[in-house]
Amino acid sequence: MLQVQPSPFTESKDNMATTYEKIATTTLSSAAASIDFTSIAGTYTDLRLVIVGKYTSAGGNTRIVFNSDTSSLYSSTRIAGDGTSASSDRLTAQANLRLNFDGNSTTIPDLLTVDIFSYAGSTFKTSLITSSEDKNGSGSVIRTVGLYRSTTAITSITINLSSSTMAAGTIATLYGIKAA
Amino acid sequence: MPILGIMASSISGSKSSSYESIASVTATGVETQLTFSSISSTYTHLQIRGIARYSVAGGTDDNLYMRFNGDTGSNYPTHWIDGNGSTVSAANIAPWDRMLIGKITAGSAGANMFGACIIDIHDYASTTKNKTVRHIAGDDMNGSGDVWLGSDLWMNTSAINQITMFCSGIFASGSTFALYGIKG
Repeated sequence: MLQVQPSPFTESKDNMATTYEKIATTTLSSAAASIDFTSIAGTYTDLRLVIVGKYTSAGGNTRIVFNSDTSSLYSSTRIAGDGTSASSDRLTAQANLRLNFDGNSTTIPDLLTVDIFSYAGSTFKTSLITSSEDKNGSGSVIRTVGLYRSTTAITSITINLSSSTMAAGTIATLYGIKAA
Repeated sequence: MPILGIMASSISGSKSSSYESIASVTATGVETQLTFSSISSTYTHLQIRGIARYSVAGGTDDNLYMRFNGDTGSNYPTHWIDGNGSTVSAANIAPWDRMLIGKITAGSAGANMFGACIIDIHDYASTTKNKTVRHIAGDDMNGSGDVWLGSDLWMNTSAINQITMFCSGIFASGSTFALYGIKG
């Protein structure tokens, strides 16, 4: 498990935070079962997580968990295209929020983004997720809306897999977006 | 018909970046429209990020709409793809008096559930081009909901200086939209 601690918030000379700023990032130098972003401050309006993932074995899927909460509070609705047809399905009462469905690759990185709205608010947390996985002859494009049925502010995000491990070279970056 | 409008604030301080917050607006539970007005032409593109819920009971979700510069003419054709958890549909609307952004939760949805959207408005300050918009929106209610991808056109070459978000009735308290400017 790799744990990424956000750097302390640094005020600029005019005491003004940048609207869209990097909170923390990591590039794996060796395989890891998970990546954790911890101690996320409630400073921003939304969070954006960007993952460029490589994996040590094929298959499996990438998921995230908020606040180490693995109770059945996650659900999602997705739309997908696999190069031949379009489909839609959903997951209910899950222990995590699934980001992709096509099966991870050992050779071709995927691009996953997660926009987490009002993460520090007191309503349930809605996310919009993109999964882009072209494998030169196979692959998928997926868009998902996710729900985490908790009113607790999100202070940590764990990225993990249904099987296998993330390979060296995997990059995960967490951004904060601040509204006026 | 209560309408909440907010004047786009100018960024205070001297620090600048390529992605700036212009203004945000939050419903108190009585507004039928949420409007950004007096938007300057300082940026290259605009982006709106928001969560929203329609407060009237009767369904678990309903449509979210958008309009530019108060134009209620039939100037907004729309295309979209919608996934509802079991089927995919694609459709278009011939020029209408509004843009259809997607689904947001409604009064019969479980408490605390809100839909979300990200809307990109390209080259909004041009005075020679019609305006193209793309968006992703969705609501999930642990057993129902939609994810929605759309593209809209505003057939007008005027610079956009006002954006109005509205639904079929009243926005629930806590519905909020934030407007950002992206510099080229």
